[in-house]
Amino acid sequence: MNMPLKSQTRRQFLKSSSSVALFIGVSGILPQLVSCKNRKKLQETINKQRLTAWVELAEDGHVTIYNPAAEMGQGSMTSLPVLFAEEMDADWSLVKVAFSPQESAIYGSDGWGPNGKVMLSAGSRITFGYYSIMRKAGAQARYILLYSVAKKWNVPITELSTENGIVIHEKENKSIGYGAIVPFLEIPEQLPEFTEDQLKSPASFRLVGKDLERTEIPEKVNGKAKFAIDLKLPDMVYGVLERGKVHGAKPIIKNEEEILALDGVLKVVPFEYAIGVVATTLSKALAAKKQLEIEWGKAIASGFNSQEAYGAYEKIADQNKNGQVLTEIGNTKSAFRSAAKTYTADFKNDYVYHAQMEPLNAMVKVMEDKQSAEVWVGSQQGFDSKLGVPQHLGIPPEHVNINLQYLGGGFGRRSMTDFVLECTSLAATMPGIPVKLLWTREDDVTYGAFRPLTLQRLRASTDTNGKITGFSHIVVGDGGNLVASGIKNEHYDIANQYAEWREVSQGIRLKHWRAVGHGPNKFAIECMLDEIAHDQGIDPVELRRRLMSKSPRALATLEKAVAMSKWNEPSIAGRAKGMAFLERSGSLGTGVCEISLDTKTGKIKVHHFWNAVDAGVIVQPDNVKAQMEGGILMGISSVLYEQITIVDGAVQQSNFNDYQILRMQDIPETVETEMIASSEHPQGVGESGTPLVACAIANAFLKLTGKPLRHLPFTPERVLQVLQA
Amino acid sequence: MPTYSLNINNKVHKIDVDQGTSLLWVLREHLQLTGTKYGCGIAQCGACTIHVNGSPQRACVLTVDGFADGQKITTIEGLSEAGDHPVQKAWIKAQAPQCGYCQSGQIMQAVALLNENPKPDRDQILSYMNGNLCRCGTYMRILKAIQLASENPPSVS
Repeated sequence: MNMPLKSQTRRQFLKSSSSVALFIGVSGILPQLVSCKNRKKLQETINKQRLTAWVELAEDGHVTIYNPAAEMGQGSMTSLPVLFAEEMDADWSLVKVAFSPQESAIYGSDGWGPNGKVMLSAGSRITFGYYSIMRKAGAQARYILLYSVAKKWNVPITELSTENGIVIHEKENKSIGYGAIVPFLEIPEQLPEFTEDQLKSPASFRLVGKDLERTEIPEKVNGKAKFAIDLKLPDMVYGVLERGKVHGAKPIIKNEEEILALDGVLKVVPFEYAIGVVATTLSKALAAKKQLEIEWGKAIASGFNSQEAYGAYEKIADQNKNGQVLTEIGNTKSAFRSAAKTYTADFKNDYVYHAQMEPLNAMVKVMEDKQSAEVWVGSQQGFDSKLGVPQHLGIPPEHVNINLQYLGGGFGRRSMTDFVLECTSLAATMPGIPVKLLWTREDDVTYGAFRPLTLQRLRASTDTNGKITGFSHIVVGDGGNLVASGIKNEHYDIANQYAEWREVSQGIRLKHWRAVGHGPNKFAIECMLDEIAHDQGIDPVELRRRLMSKSPRALATLEKAVAMSKWNEPSIAGRAKGMAFLERSGSLGTGVCEISLDTKTGKIKVHHFWNAVDAGVIVQPDNVKAQMEGGILMGISSVLYEQITIVDGAVQQSNFNDYQILRMQDIPETVETEMIASSEHPQGVGESGTPLVACAIANAFLKLTGKPLRHLPFTPERVLQVLQA
Repeated sequence: MPTYSLNINNKVHKIDVDQGTSLLWVLREHLQLTGTKYGCGIAQCGACTIHVNGSPQRACVLTVDGFADGQKITTIEGLSEAGDHPVQKAWIKAQAPQCGYCQSGQIMQAVALLNENPKPDRDQILSYMNGNLCRCGTYMRILKAIQLASENPPSVS
């Protein structure tokens, strides 16, 4: 079969296939049916015709829905297909889910902005970005089924209804399962475009809002789920890179001949910042990596000491020279001049590392003629759905196929393509042979791309009634939006607000880290509020209630969290509660934690965490809870333990022995989430828990001890210093 | 290159690898038993947890040479035929995994715990599981899954 259905009779088509893909058309192109038997042909048709294929329907009734997003634990393999199934009125027990091809013109979402369709699983944007797309496509699939049955039975389409995978003609008491429609499936000349008001209202959802088991979990408990690191192709060889301890340092290899002579070594491949080795087995590649003798040059980061940076950053904050203004509402200067009282505090945060459990890896095969390539990778995708590989090889995008695999954690790290392009470079030296690149954990830590270190200077003013009249926030650090996100206070009614970024660059690799700038910025903002409340003898809840007077949705999360945490009831001796509010990825949330403190060791223990979130329509309630639990636990981890330090440009940590993350003995007794009922467009929840934690813990600490914690992480040593100060 | 006979999931495998090759690489790269994961290589994360004669061990710090005496090695693939070991079922019921990468190791560690102590209390669970890292933060649900499974203890193998 070498042409789409247009050029064939339907009979020929049906003979060749027991299942069909419904190609639901982009405007101007007729919808078509294409056999799913020939996967390659299907892919080619998709590429060539620029149609949208969201679903396959088999005669046995099985429905395969394509998921356009990455699956990194956030549940996209369930939450997006369920939106489609809801409108298609599919029988969920017959639904299977597969990754869609990585073709953004077809499967992209415009939820990232006005600049066209993008496939990108980052910023907690996928449910937001695909909520309408998946439902509209599902409604079109249902329409095709109704249309086909109406023709077959010669009845008006308006007399047909659907229910759980069955088309029903009530008048004549007839019904037919979706699978049985396949032999006479017919595509209308014109497929209606559905608008929101023609789709189901949230009140009539049958699947959305219910707890369905996640589709990919069974294979994640029997060891069969495939991550890119698990793949093996015939003749596959292995690649590793030795990168410098100082980011960006250039290598000179001293023993290339010796390495090339080692058993199993196939290639030595120079990079700007590394030396690559390709070998026949992983063990041999790793052994060769250890034997590399490399002289490292100087880099921008050489001489940089992270823990000494704060002094320089303070001086930058002191200067009168402004940076980039991020917010300017009213006039903070005049508010400060006329204030009854002003407050100033500096907050700091060290670098943190992603620590996704699957170390970075990829597999790339560059074909023998070097004109096309196959890529297997766990990626959060990107603005370029081909991950930069075509440009890297100098070949057209349609000659590169990305085979997306499960991600063993993303957290922002896998929205970078450095590891994909490294593997592509190695594979380009081995045309015709698949090359699998592995980063060791040590590579992953030392050549990480961290959440930036920052210093934040906050100033606030109050009037004689204690009302906050001005709020100013200067963040000093590297990374643009990496340090700017979350700096605005759109839900607090403060007449005069100012925020500014002062850039300073150290040559350290940086990247989005779960919730990005919201972590450090909300820490500073929410702690500042509690420090003001503490100073003025006001309940932090009461202070926020006043600030939220014009934001009822924010206030509702606050009141819910107050009720959940029994805020007004005193904690038992030695414990205290603290709270924080934030918006992230469009969702609003208030968190409350209860902590205790070992004053001898400086160790903080989080006992409970309650949080209330308004994220619009909740597609998968239990999965939202899972995301909030995970986000909060990752928050506790980063706030209490995690710290990358740099000495003379070199990252000092290398593995989980010296980069500690939360372990099971330190989990809270409970983490409780409640969701505010809403029929608003869904918003992101993957990153809404994490940035609540730093401020909630610090605010509980302030209540418990009367002392502020202003430097992340709150290691026992730092806590003891604060207690003794 | 020496040949090693390893008893893995009740089957004897003959493998030609260099002396000193990591058992983790033998499982993953030579036998495609990829449910056992590489996470750190220094026994700090537990992603490669397997059973050796029923006891949980980190495959990344074991070498192939130590297993020629017929020690019974069990990986996640050998835990049950159909993924229906009571601990696996409890894991599904609790909807424990997120990214899933660490979960084979978590499950192998949990099975070993319940074999040793079918009714562990909360502190015993947390202590026994402390060497298994999960970055997604699924610990609350791992705890719940183990508690679910312990109400329906698996038979000791």
